[in-house]
Amino acid sequence: MKTLIKILGIFALGLHLSAGFAGAEDVLINGAGATFPYPIYSKWFDEYHKLKPDLKFNYQSIGSGGGIRQIMAQTVDFGASDSPMKDTDMESAPGFLFHIPTVLGAVVVTYNIPAVTGNIKLTQAALSKIFLGTINKWNDPEIQKDNPGISFPDQPIIVVHRSDGSGTSSIFTDFLAKVSLSWSTKVGRGTSVAWPTGLGGKGNEGVVGLIKLTPYSIGYCELIYAQSNKLPIADIQNKAGKFITPSLGSVTAAAQGKIPSDFRVSITNCDAAAGYPISGFTWLLVYEKQKNAVKGKALVGFLHWMLKDGQKLAGDLGYAPLPENVNQMVEKAIMKIKVQ
Amino acid sequence: MALTNVANAPTPVIRRLKFVESVGDLVFKWSTIFFASLIILAAVWIGWELLINSSLSLKKFGLNFLWRQVWDPVMEDFGALPFIYGTLVSSTIALLFAVPLGLGVAVFLYELAPPKIADAIGFLTELLAAIPSVVYGLIGVFVIVPWVRCSLEPFLSKYLGFIPLFKGAPYGVGMLTAGLILAIMILPFIATISREIFKTVPQSLKESAMALGATRWEVLRIVTIPFSKSGILGSIFLALGRALGETMAVTMVIGNRPEIKLSLFEPGYTMAAVIANEFTEATSSLYLSTLVEVGLVLFGITILVNGIARMMIYRSHRSAGLGARA
Repeated sequence: MKTLIKILGIFALGLHLSAGFAGAEDVLINGAGATFPYPIYSKWFDEYHKLKPDLKFNYQSIGSGGGIRQIMAQTVDFGASDSPMKDTDMESAPGFLFHIPTVLGAVVVTYNIPAVTGNIKLTQAALSKIFLGTINKWNDPEIQKDNPGISFPDQPIIVVHRSDGSGTSSIFTDFLAKVSLSWSTKVGRGTSVAWPTGLGGKGNEGVVGLIKLTPYSIGYCELIYAQSNKLPIADIQNKAGKFITPSLGSVTAAAQGKIPSDFRVSITNCDAAAGYPISGFTWLLVYEKQKNAVKGKALVGFLHWMLKDGQKLAGDLGYAPLPENVNQMVEKAIMKIKVQ
Repeated sequence: MALTNVANAPTPVIRRLKFVESVGDLVFKWSTIFFASLIILAAVWIGWELLINSSLSLKKFGLNFLWRQVWDPVMEDFGALPFIYGTLVSSTIALLFAVPLGLGVAVFLYELAPPKIADAIGFLTELLAAIPSVVYGLIGVFVIVPWVRCSLEPFLSKYLGFIPLFKGAPYGVGMLTAGLILAIMILPFIATISREIFKTVPQSLKESAMALGATRWEVLRIVTIPFSKSGILGSIFLALGRALGETMAVTMVIGNRPEIKLSLFEPGYTMAAVIANEFTEATSSLYLSTLVEVGLVLFGITILVNGIARMMIYRSHRSAGLGARA
């Protein structure tokens, strides 16, 4: 019995000491939110940890909704979201929250039509009608007329969409609602909507998997998923009437218009002539007044690094870096974060 | 004097031993009561939390929630019927496949297979239960879905297409595929438990049947199955419980469409799947509370199914008892 107590005592002491060391030096910053930017965020946190070994980030990709809930409840040090917070949420939050854009993402339309190789072109009207279910055959004249070189099969179109609530769906439905009146009245925009037609796949990988396995299907996903799975990507008509191939360049171009100072803006169906129309910012949510001085300073330091060196890492992971004018605006916004 | 010493000395020791023993028993008794009541507490607490957290949606939609077919997160208009339907239908399909298959496996392993083969197959069957459901989902997406689309559904619609259940375009994903995946997942529960139940059939009963000239099939039909009826029922309901609550594998192959269609080829949706899919991005309180209410409905259905199971097992016990006496 005595030996047991001794052993337990040694264990307790050891635990106490190790806990003591951790508490004295390391700073742990907790964040939660969007799944869409998770690959780049974990890359950034990893790289930044190498630069500042005493600083650790813990990011839980629980979804934008969860990120907004947690930052409002102050259970995390920063939140992350793919869609800007609603005004009612901003008002009920315990302090003013900055929306800090980090990178840009694109939602691309991808398809599986056997015997059709090469990129098809889709007008805004054709795309919205396909997802509304009013165009339901591939050889519909409205698809055919912009793709003179391609002979489409007489096959029903199988629409694939996300079944889980996601920022990807939010950007995509936001675009459809802007370009189609019947979409905005019948369906609307959101992380989950009542899809008029089609199958639901869970996550980007679920949608891509279904499209790959289902002939004559069409769906949408993030750019990187379509690229890494070598799926064909449709050119989408933008506001200026041009068909734009999604790429890091055309996505960054989409954000070159006027951006409001609070950054809560949707850039789908952008004015820029070279911009890809289904793009969007993703944001970090940070309180203007940081209660914990150590954590606040560390967070601001990270944000500065993210705007300079961090941006260079984005391209490899399929995210478009912020355009120069937005980058400078964000730099100014970060200065306004008050560390007490 | 020496005598009294010997006689007196042990008494306090025994008394102390008795005391220690009774304290030990008491501690044992109360600690087990405590643990057992934790289970009841946990069940009641889960029900209570679900009820409290779904109050917004309960107030807004009332009982209509159970038989409305709308699911519109944008307009915040919700009804759970397509999910209830999808859960019940996919689980029923699973049982239709898994019960005969599982019982067949159990009978073969117990009655017919040589011991070495029986052990090997028994081990593999148990292994099926240990595979994570996301792996089943992946097998479903990459193997079963293409097979269902290219072979099974065209075959069914060609020969059984006159039945509305087998009409429509073959998507591959849908209610039928979800039922098939679920059947594979719940098979080990039925097979393994039934085999263990068969082992409890008294050898003497079987031998007497054989002595009367019964064939193997007759022994099975007259002795083994009736004797283990309640156990088999129990295994089936345990499997059903698993099928009702399965999330990951189902959502990967069911098509996730909140609609009620007669055809089994059409995509559907289940309660567990919609909660898993939409919970992370449900920002508004009504939406969140609605998803919790879907959980409450699932909880209620599970309790109902288990209650029916209890009753059926109790009845089959009684009839088995009477039969034995008669």
